[in-house]
Parts: sequence; C-alpha cells; structure tokens
Amino acid sequence: MLKIENLKVNYGGIQAVREVSLDVPDGKIVTLIGANGAGKSTTLRSVAGLVTPAGGSIKYNGTELIGRSTDAIVKQGITLVPEGRRVFPDMTVLENLRIGAYLRKDDLSKDIEWVYSLFPRLKERHWQLAGTLSGGEQQMLAVGRALMSRPKLIMMDEPSLGLAPLVIKGIFEIIREINRQGVTVLLIEQNANQALKIADYGYVLETGRITMEGSGKELLENEKVREAYLGKSKK
Amino acid sequence: MEIFIQNFMDIFEKYLPALLAGVSAGGQYALIAIGYTMVYGILRLINFAHGDIFMVAGFMMVYLSASLPWYIALPVVTILTVLLGYLVERAAYKPLRSAPRMSIMISAIGVSYLLQNAAWYLTGGLPKQYPVIPFITESVDVLTASTKIVTVITPFLTIALVIILSLIIKYTKIGMAMRAVSKDFETSRLMGIKIDTVISMTFIIGTFLAAVGSFLYFSNYTTVTPVVGAMPGLKAFVAAVFGGIGSIPGAVVGAFIIGICENLIKFVAGGAYATFSDAFTFALLIIILVAKPTGLFGEKTTDKV
Repeated sequence: MLKIENLKVNYGGIQAVREVSLDVPDGKIVTLIGANGAGKSTTLRSVAGLVTPAGGSIKYNGTELIGRSTDAIVKQGITLVPEGRRVFPDMTVLENLRIGAYLRKDDLSKDIEWVYSLFPRLKERHWQLAGTLSGGEQQMLAVGRALMSRPKLIMMDEPSLGLAPLVIKGIFEIIREINRQGVTVLLIEQNANQALKIADYGYVLETGRITMEGSGKELLENEKVREAYLGKSKK
Repeated sequence: MEIFIQNFMDIFEKYLPALLAGVSAGGQYALIAIGYTMVYGILRLINFAHGDIFMVAGFMMVYLSASLPWYIALPVVTILTVLLGYLVERAAYKPLRSAPRMSIMISAIGVSYLLQNAAWYLTGGLPKQYPVIPFITESVDVLTASTKIVTVITPFLTIALVIILSLIIKYTKIGMAMRAVSKDFETSRLMGIKIDTVISMTFIIGTFLAAVGSFLYFSNYTTVTPVVGAMPGLKAFVAAVFGGIGSIPGAVVGAFIIGICENLIKFVAGGAYATFSDAFTFALLIIILVAKPTGLFGEKTTDKV
C-alpha cells in the first residue's frame, strides 16, 4: 500500500533521514521504533507532505507522493495524528471532529457516531473546548479527528507520549480496534514494547537508517532490540 | 429632580454632535481595524500597507466616478480594492511564508511606501476632492443636532457587517478553517486545509471592509491625498491593539472607544487644542502597552502545558 524507497531528508542542515526503505502492506499494523532524533517523525512528515525529501520515493498504491501538497495527500486517504496531539484548543470537541473531515462534502453524522462509539468519552464531552480535556482525552480526540477523514492509512506519531500507563493501554487497544475495522496503521513509538506487541511488522531506525526489521514478535525477541529499546539486559 | 434631568438634557444636547461624530469615526476605524486584527490573527503580521490600501480605494473612487455613475463606481472600486489586497499578499507576503517574521514586516513597510509613492506619482500629489455619493451626504437632524446621513448610517452598517463576519467565522467551513489556521498552520494542513487559500480569503475580507470604510470616511472628510491613509490606518491599528490584537470584537470595541474619546476631546478642548486629540490616541496606546499588553480582549490561552 505504502512503499518508501531510499528516502533522504535534510532538515536544518543535517541529514535527518539518510536511507529509509519500508513497506506498509494493506490492512496491517507496521511500527517504526527508534531513539529520539532517529528520524521517525521526519519520515512520517515526509509521507504527509509537510517536509520535502531530498531524494528517494514514497509510493502510495503505485502513485508518487513526493511533490504533492498535504491536502492532496489527505484526499488520497492518508492521515497523520501529529506528535503532541495538537488538537485545536479553542474549538469544541465536536468542531475538532468536523474539521477532521474538512475535505469531505458528504454527511458526517455516521462517522461522528462511529468515532463516539470508539471513544464514548468524546460523546460525553462533545460541547467542551478541546483545550480543557485531559492529555488522554486529547489523544483520543486527535485520533478521532484523523478518522473523520475516513483514511485508508492512519499514521501516528508517538500517541503514548506523556500519558499514564493505564491510558496508554487503552490507546493501544484502540489502535488494534481501528485496524480490525480495516484501517492500515503506521505507528512510530518510543514505547517499543507496546508497539511491537500489536504490530504485524516492525522496523528499527537508528540515526536516519533502518538497521533491523522483522515481525513484531521477532523484534521483541531480538537480543539487540531488547538491549537497546526494551531496557532488558542479556541473560 | 426635574432640574437635574434638565441639566442632564442640556449637557447631552451640548455634547451630542461630538458624540455622533465619535460613534461615526469609531465605525470607520472599526472597519479598517478588522483588517489589521484578522491578518495579525492568522499571519502574526502587522500589515502596514493596510492604511495605504484604504487610501488607494479613496483615489480610485475619485478617478472612476469622473467617468462612471456612482452606483457603478462603488462596486467597481470595492472589487479593485479587494483585488489589490489579494495581489499584495500574493506578491509581497506569500513568498516570505517561511522567512523570519521580521522580513515579512519589512516587506509590509515596503508595500506601504510603494503605494504612497505610486499615488504621489500618479496623482501629482495634489489633494483631490472626493465625489459626492448621493443620499448619504445629505443633511439630517438627530434630536437637536444636524449632521450628514453617513454619520448616522456608519455605526449601524459597521455593526451589521461585524455580525455577518462573526457568523461566517463561527458557522461556515472557511470560518472554521480560519480559526484553525490562526492557531496552528501545520495541523491545519494535516486536516486538508489549503493554508494559502485561507490567508487570501483573510486579505479579501479585510480589504473589502477597508473599501467600505473608505466610502464612509471620505464622504465625511472629503479630501484625498497620498498620505491620507496614514492617520486613520494608525488609529485603527491602535484600536486593534487596544482591543487585543487578533480579536475581532476587541478591534470593534477599541475603535468605538477611540473614535468617541477623540471627538469628545476635540470638542471639549476646542480651538487650537483640538489638534491634540491625536496625541490622546497615541498616549492611550502607550498606556495600554504598559498596563495590559494583551489588550481588552487579548488572546487567552487554554493550551495545557
């Protein structure tokens, strides 16, 4: 579905992404793990058209995405839940959901109901200003807002960042549920343990390069990954 | 008691003309101030050229009404002014979107002087007489005061336009996009919003209101010169800062307060001191900046840290 080949991105004078190639097959959950500054966010931002890569290709169902504007990419069915949630604080929960469907002209009521069924908390608080929600609720809203565009591929940038462990568990359950309902997921996480547990396939990114790849299970059992990202020493 | 009421009525009657002039000036400032505050809200740019676009609207009316009847000149001037606002944004601000904020500010100052100098060159620098727009320049009696109809119409027209604008911003899709873009460029793009279209729309609305403001203003003060935009532009800017730059209701309230105070001071001081009413406006700016830098309705932040 999404195929990134030899992606290179320069960012503020440094090579943030040196050579990234990865594959996101239709209907799967793929995760990209790596330390801070490894180039994970930059990779996702390139797919969304927020940064212009210096080289390589990003193909979505065979069509090249590099050079297209973000709105054209969103129209194709790709959405990004940005790092730090970035809900619109002065808009209500419902307005935030509506703006997620900005490019759509059809009736939204079914999708709003769908998002409410995934996140009942949002229904309770639909009239509240998004800025007054808790961190976990804002993350739910950010995901719900992204779903309102009816994406085929949803990319998430550190959805668990800064949330309580119990809330994180809920977020990962929701990611699974969204995937079960037919949305392909590309997830980047520092929380490698949780991410690899739900992922069909994973890539490890180090200083702008893919250094390892494998199924979620394989990577979870890999010695190097365990040492570097899961905080578990060799036995 | 009766004497008290009588006294009050006398004072009211005495100050009525100044009050009327003040409300009217306030409305005109408000129409210009909205352009400043909306552009600031979205681009964090003080569009120094805004007052000069107002001036160009004045000159275009002078020249166009020489060959066209006023009811055709009016919409044509409105369209041309809006077009000018749009082109200024595309040519002078859009290429600097990712440049440091100071660059775009300097560009705005450049456009301001460009428009003024172009006006000097094209008009020869001589003051021009603004054409008479029938009906609104006729005299009318309000209670005991006599004034032009435009003075009475201005505040109502202003408030009607502000209400329409507020409804657009609150309930339409483009309004929602404007609110989103003013908060967060990048996330707005992720929603599929075309940032450039929203910014153009902001300039179009701002210059449309400035064009309407120019019809009302020049029907009152009928001389058009190349620097005529500077003073009302500056006062509208002060009004926007006073109200809390970025806030539309703030700009409107600020503009009415400045318009009324200025005219009352002019009236009370009278004679030679009347010219000092402008000093009041700018003293007010300094006081606000010291006491409450965010203005009356300054942006409240609900962001969680």
